[in-house]
Amino acid sequence: MPVTNSEWKPKIVAFCCNWCSYAGADLAGSGRLSYPADIKIIRVPCSCRVNPMFILRAFERGADGVILCGCHPGDCHYTSGNYFARRRMTMLFSMLDYLGIERERTRVEWVSAAEGAKFSKTMNEFAEAIAKLGENRKLGDIRCKK
Amino acid sequence: MQEIAKRIQNRALELLADGTVSRVLGWEKGETQADWTPALFESAEEMKDFVYGEYAGANLSKYCLKLKRLEGRTLVVLKPCDTLSFHQLTKEHRLDREKFYIIGAGCKGMKDEAGTLLKCNACKGKEFVVYDEIIDDEESRKPSAVMDRMDGVSDLEKMTAQQRYDFWRGELSRCIRCNACRNVCPACTCEKCVFDNPASGAASKAPVTDFEENMFHIIRAYHVAGRCTDCGECSRVCPQHIPLHLLNRKFIKDMNELYGDYQAGEGDDERTPMTSYTKEDAEPGIVKERGNA
Amino acid sequence: MQKIGVFVCWCGSNIAATVDVEAVAEAMKKEPGVVFSANYQYMCSAAGQKMIQDAIHEHGLTGIVVCSCSPRMHEATFRKTAEAAGLNPYMVEIANIREQCSWIHKDKDMGTAKAIVLAKAAVAKLRNDTPLQAGTSAVTKRCLVIGGGIAGIQTALDVADAGYEVDIVEQRPTIGGRMAQLDKTFPTLDCAACILTPKMVEASQNEKINIISYANVEKVSGFVGNFKATIRKKARYVDETKCTGCSLCTTKCPSRKGKDEFNMNLNTRGAIYIPFAQAIPNVAVIDPEQCIKLKTGKCGLCEKVCSAGAINYKQQDEVIEREYGAIVVATGFRPMDVSALNEFAYLDSPDVVTSLEFERLMNAAGPTKGTLLRPSDGKHPKTIVFIQCVGSRCEENNRRGKPYCSKICCMYTAKHAMLVREKYPDTDVHVFYIDVRTPGKNFDEFYRRAAEQYGVDYIKGMVGKVAPENGKLMVQGSDLIENKQVKIAADMVVLATAIEPDPTARAIGTMLTASMDTNDFFTEAHPKLRPVESPTAGVFLSGVAQGPKDIPETVAQAGAAAAKVIGLLAKDHLVTNPCVAQTNELMCNGCSQCEKVCPYGAITYIDKEVRGPGVREVRRIAQVNPAVCQGCGACTVTCPSGAMDLKGFSNQQIMAEVDAICR
Repeated sequence: MPVTNSEWKPKIVAFCCNWCSYAGADLAGSGRLSYPADIKIIRVPCSCRVNPMFILRAFERGADGVILCGCHPGDCHYTSGNYFARRRMTMLFSMLDYLGIERERTRVEWVSAAEGAKFSKTMNEFAEAIAKLGENRKLGDIRCKK
Repeated sequence: MQEIAKRIQNRALELLADGTVSRVLGWEKGETQADWTPALFESAEEMKDFVYGEYAGANLSKYCLKLKRLEGRTLVVLKPCDTLSFHQLTKEHRLDREKFYIIGAGCKGMKDEAGTLLKCNACKGKEFVVYDEIIDDEESRKPSAVMDRMDGVSDLEKMTAQQRYDFWRGELSRCIRCNACRNVCPACTCEKCVFDNPASGAASKAPVTDFEENMFHIIRAYHVAGRCTDCGECSRVCPQHIPLHLLNRKFIKDMNELYGDYQAGEGDDERTPMTSYTKEDAEPGIVKERGNA
Repeated sequence: MQKIGVFVCWCGSNIAATVDVEAVAEAMKKEPGVVFSANYQYMCSAAGQKMIQDAIHEHGLTGIVVCSCSPRMHEATFRKTAEAAGLNPYMVEIANIREQCSWIHKDKDMGTAKAIVLAKAAVAKLRNDTPLQAGTSAVTKRCLVIGGGIAGIQTALDVADAGYEVDIVEQRPTIGGRMAQLDKTFPTLDCAACILTPKMVEASQNEKINIISYANVEKVSGFVGNFKATIRKKARYVDETKCTGCSLCTTKCPSRKGKDEFNMNLNTRGAIYIPFAQAIPNVAVIDPEQCIKLKTGKCGLCEKVCSAGAINYKQQDEVIEREYGAIVVATGFRPMDVSALNEFAYLDSPDVVTSLEFERLMNAAGPTKGTLLRPSDGKHPKTIVFIQCVGSRCEENNRRGKPYCSKICCMYTAKHAMLVREKYPDTDVHVFYIDVRTPGKNFDEFYRRAAEQYGVDYIKGMVGKVAPENGKLMVQGSDLIENKQVKIAADMVVLATAIEPDPTARAIGTMLTASMDTNDFFTEAHPKLRPVESPTAGVFLSGVAQGPKDIPETVAQAGAAAAKVIGLLAKDHLVTNPCVAQTNELMCNGCSQCEKVCPYGAITYIDKEVRGPGVREVRRIAQVNPAVCQGCGACTVTCPSGAMDLKGFSNQQIMAEVDAICR
């Protein structure tokens, strides 16, 4: 059941690789292509830098959704980073799903430096999906809830 | 099994006597009838307490780590599935194969007080992937699996997300963070575990909140994904009887389905499915697609 | 405890219009560690930078957070600012409150609230920053050029001209590449050999250029400025230092079954041969597959006739190891194999030829000495059909073709058609095309000349079938403009075959960890702004190895690659990126997992005594070569114990950001 707490504002963490997706986010910015302020970006060198622990940590600390954006497969600045990220995230997401955590709370999207519009669209869709799901209660540390 | 035990014991005495090995890693009887525990024997005298048989379920591979720096070679008795763990450890450069003399011991399935072990019901086979010699008999070479080892995982996959969540809450909330699963696991061999490292962001000693057992068990299973041979020791030793192997097997099942069949501990390629890729790999969105299907 | 300064930029009204910069600066004063917080109209201006530097001095700041535009814009600027004020440049964090905030939000309260969170995350990260020192590595002042076609030759000449040593490694017995096989070149119709061979001679005579022909690069290790290559020079059974290129041996050789590769296998050659008259090095080579002496031990005729005593049947492959500062990939192309395209009857009739075969049939040094004769019966063809886009622009990349446009076919087909009409005005020439693409200087004029002045019959449409029938080739196609089926009884059919990267390119790409696209063309570091560099530092791209292009483009790119090489070799030392992986030796298991995911081979293992609380033993430990590591972080996640961490993007830094955002 979606939790509709009027006080609740979704918290969404977006990990973006420096070379493609972060640049794509910049392009969304310069194109004034808006997406919800609930989304905050963390810059990482490559999608392969994102440790599943970071994602669990975000959920633990009260995130309602986590999205990882990297270069399109084949376009990784480091040649193979996103291929490893793809396997890691597939495995992690499958495990979260297996534990009954809503699978819509996690996502991977490949966004190139030229895809400002895709970045904005992706973020809007993801934020909407999270808003629909409501507050994340299944994976969270009650000490961190305020 | 008695006959195999006797042959192993005699052979071990020979190897001790001629100096091939300096000690023997095996089992001795514990406090109860169904409780045999790993033990180290350093002389013919001590070898009197050596046992092998239906209660020798413990996987001795992990114990080899503690012995790897000792002088001389150590004789270790490994069942077929244990050899996978041992070989995986050599592939990870955690064990030096030359330091050990492996007797592959024929196995007809192991038990504890509750009956046949989970791992034996879903026996992976009777092949020894490493050994110096094998001591077995006709009977112990026959396949003995009575169930598909992925049955438990498949059952859970068929449930709704809420049912799965409730199932795992029920199971994981019983965790007392005794670390038995971690300590027995032949893939958990880090010099310093992330859960003991304040800088890792995952460190904690005792469960304070609901989340921590989730986090602990997810990370633990994730860290051994691709290296876990599915030896089932984690579930066997859990004092709370949490079916932890269902987490490991989920990763194994996913990896087999998505990246091709793989058995940790087999072969000599040091790459695991988690340290390889293909350009055509499934996208993470497949989790959602499969779930909606 | 750090002393942090926060500087909030207005960016004129770019930020200030939707973010209350005053409120952000005020809010940051309450963050732990922040001792100074201010805002200013343009932080990147001289006055803004001075404000930062003054604050660093005045408040003894240990780190700064600049809330401004994207770090991709001004991170480097503010690092320099900090460094000039005596701060470590890596003690600078940027909160991107323009692209990620003010520009995408209209509501000022919302924008301000988000800017505060972004600033807090940057402060949280900075609290975990440590000063980083960029290292340096020396540069070996020698360049390796892989491939000796026009691209490789031009790059080598330009690099050598700047005074650096260059080795050209060419897999064939001579340099010259595909251009040497061409007859005339578009759109000027000057002869390829006349403009190429002087360049080949120039390369061979240049003291700085060392041509290693009939050789392959087997292995490359190292990193920018410090590559080490293993080159295998195949045995040619002829001593290069003694052979005078008199070619007497090639005329006496009794074996005549070897296919003449230079003439696209249209004729045969001896087992000992010189690929073509102007070959460089002008030295014979023995084909061991065809040589009677090497296969049976009998014969030895070439040895007898060689007055220079250059023949050596016992010659072995030679392995050369050499160090280089830069590597240029100029591996070029080959025509695609069209035998899978049954409809064009390439395998069924010798009179269906590829365009490169046609070049040889037109060339004065070719198998017909330049007289256009059809291969089947040696007669003059009276009707020739050219088919464009054979294997190019296919929907999917498969055996039938390539998804890309091969770029040069429209122009060379126009050239072929024009040359035929000029030499043999009684010949009917038809060209089937999908589009005619002529975007080059004087290209469209050239094509129009072919169609309008030379009377070449251009038919828009594709050919469905070519069927050999009574010594003719029945070409069935569609004319999309007239909207009708066309049937032409041709004497010869020429397929404008797609070009594909040389088959050796894939292995070379893997060796160099240089990325390639799905078609095996090398990828540029940036498709627009860094078109001649590979994403792998120190590896540069020249010619068709990067993508289809014609000769002038190839030469231009070859020169550009040379300029990049010269820029690199001119440096004595390179400053390395300090944001690299690092092992915590006390925690490392030596399990080799990290090595498996490192795309650069930057990780090796050593046995080392580890000392720590209660620990003193020799362990297998991962070592990161900071000059090789590019800082992707793949290893950090693979490491089960977390012993591997990435400087500048450490676990603690990233988790501090996560916590600050989720707070």
